[in-house]
Amino acid sequence: MSTLHPTQDPSWRLFQERFGRLQRARRAETLLLVAIAALLLVIAAAYTDFSPAQVAAGLPRIGEYFGKLFSIEPARGAAPVPVLAWDHLFQGVKQPQSIAYWFYRIDVYLVLLWQTVQMAILASVMGFTAAFVLSFPATRTLVRSTLAVMAVRRLLEALRSIPQVVLAFILVWPFGVGPLAGILAIGIHSTGALGKLFSELNENADLRAVEGIRAVGGSWVAQIRYGMVPQVLPGFLSYALLRFEINVRSSTIIGFVGAGGIGQELRRVIGFNIYEEVSAICLLILVIVVVIDLLSERIRHRFIGSLGTKA
Amino acid sequence: MLELDHLTRRFGDKVAVAHASLQIQDGEMVGIIGRSGAGKSTLLRLINRLIEPSEGRIIADGRDVTALAGAELRAWRARTAMIFQQFNLVSRLDVLTNVLTGRLNRMSGPRVLLKMFTQAERALAVRALDRLGLAEVALNRADALSGGQQQRVAIARALMQEPRILLADEPIASLDPLNAKIVMDALADINRRDGITVLTNLHTLDTARAYCRRIIGMSNGRIVFDGAPEDLTEPAVRAIYGEHGAEQIDERITSTSLAGANMPALAR
Repeated sequence: MSTLHPTQDPSWRLFQERFGRLQRARRAETLLLVAIAALLLVIAAAYTDFSPAQVAAGLPRIGEYFGKLFSIEPARGAAPVPVLAWDHLFQGVKQPQSIAYWFYRIDVYLVLLWQTVQMAILASVMGFTAAFVLSFPATRTLVRSTLAVMAVRRLLEALRSIPQVVLAFILVWPFGVGPLAGILAIGIHSTGALGKLFSELNENADLRAVEGIRAVGGSWVAQIRYGMVPQVLPGFLSYALLRFEINVRSSTIIGFVGAGGIGQELRRVIGFNIYEEVSAICLLILVIVVVIDLLSERIRHRFIGSLGTKA
Repeated sequence: MLELDHLTRRFGDKVAVAHASLQIQDGEMVGIIGRSGAGKSTLLRLINRLIEPSEGRIIADGRDVTALAGAELRAWRARTAMIFQQFNLVSRLDVLTNVLTGRLNRMSGPRVLLKMFTQAERALAVRALDRLGLAEVALNRADALSGGQQQRVAIARALMQEPRILLADEPIASLDPLNAKIVMDALADINRRDGITVLTNLHTLDTARAYCRRIIGMSNGRIVFDGAPEDLTEPAVRAIYGEHGAEQIDERITSTSLAGANMPALAR
């Protein structure tokens, strides 16, 4: 009984030949795509004057601001940037460049900061609620009419594709200068962004439970309420918290167009070149964003944890 | 009486069920057998209209079920309960709530949304669970249960619907022999004691023989056999299971029943 070595088996050779051909074709395709992508990148860089030389030239100056910040020159009234120096840092309100001088309007800042966080909370709740409702008609597995699904999806796309600042600027006209315009702008954007993520969670959900509820004679709403929502809700909440973190950052920026919160104050002090206050506000924003990120991450991990292995 | 009149379903150019005509009397227990892809599941889902027929009619007690829509269609589904091979419970909800969903069709919109079940409904659900020996796990999450237990929860949910007909799509195909027997016994009990018509797809011949007084065989979407277990002779089996049935199918090999556990191949 003479046994052929497996690699000399004719059927193996045939397989190897076909497999090799398929692999070469795939490799050629990948190479072509990479080449096209590289070409586009070069064109884009040329078009936007993005050159490594310019980046290299600017790079050493990145630390300049912070260098000035910590230079030990004595304080002389209006410096281009605040000057940090030990001898006057902890002195009273009257001494320029002291912490007390920087933060002499801390009471106003804190109120505005709280307003900013509240804007983010309200916008997130608004976005979550609207996205929750709109995500189900945007779910292919739940709606028979592809036309209806497409319509809701395009709507969600439109809501999230308008930049928030532009939206806020438009809304300041009818609703006046103040937080309301900012809340609506961020809320509308959140609706579009969350609605898409929610509908994707819905489409990944197990449809057997939905079929089960349909089979007991449950309405469309009942199928969603019992078959779908229990599966997707932890994921919804996790995404919503992530969105809240983003919204805290957004709501600080959105004030620039007069939509309330700390951003509006930041724009004012930038306009007046009051650099100490600019630094003070930036520092406060940094702290609040980090604190909220840490908190929401904790909560989010709980939801993800409760998702268990079958997410 | 349930009557199917040339019921047909096509998916693209593939015919899943072709001109199925049947009459099923109230209180019958009918087993449907056939190879995978013969159209058994489609046939059951056509009856409660989870799948829409392409042609033909379904008539129940003189009413044309194929013409129903909206609330009337949902009411028909509530009267025609279904249990599934994969149980189709809401895995993240507790067992009691799963059973209570059998009542959704009779509840008003706000009660459905807010999960507001009445005391009477809860009592009924616990009784249904108790009948299937599951009262003590009522507050466990559905996915914490074994497959056999989950299928019994699904049967309890079906009982909550107080149906006239029970459709069972491969109810024991995912279960071990002991649980398969418990589930089939439960179905037989519901058929006998409550007078509910039971139509069940089965993948083993001997289960069909043991539990059903009437067996329907399907092949390539057509009904090729309709008769008593005694009439299910070797040529009939071959007609249902196709040319591969040329070698006689040894029912003991595919059997999931505990009685037939002494496998011929192992005895040698």
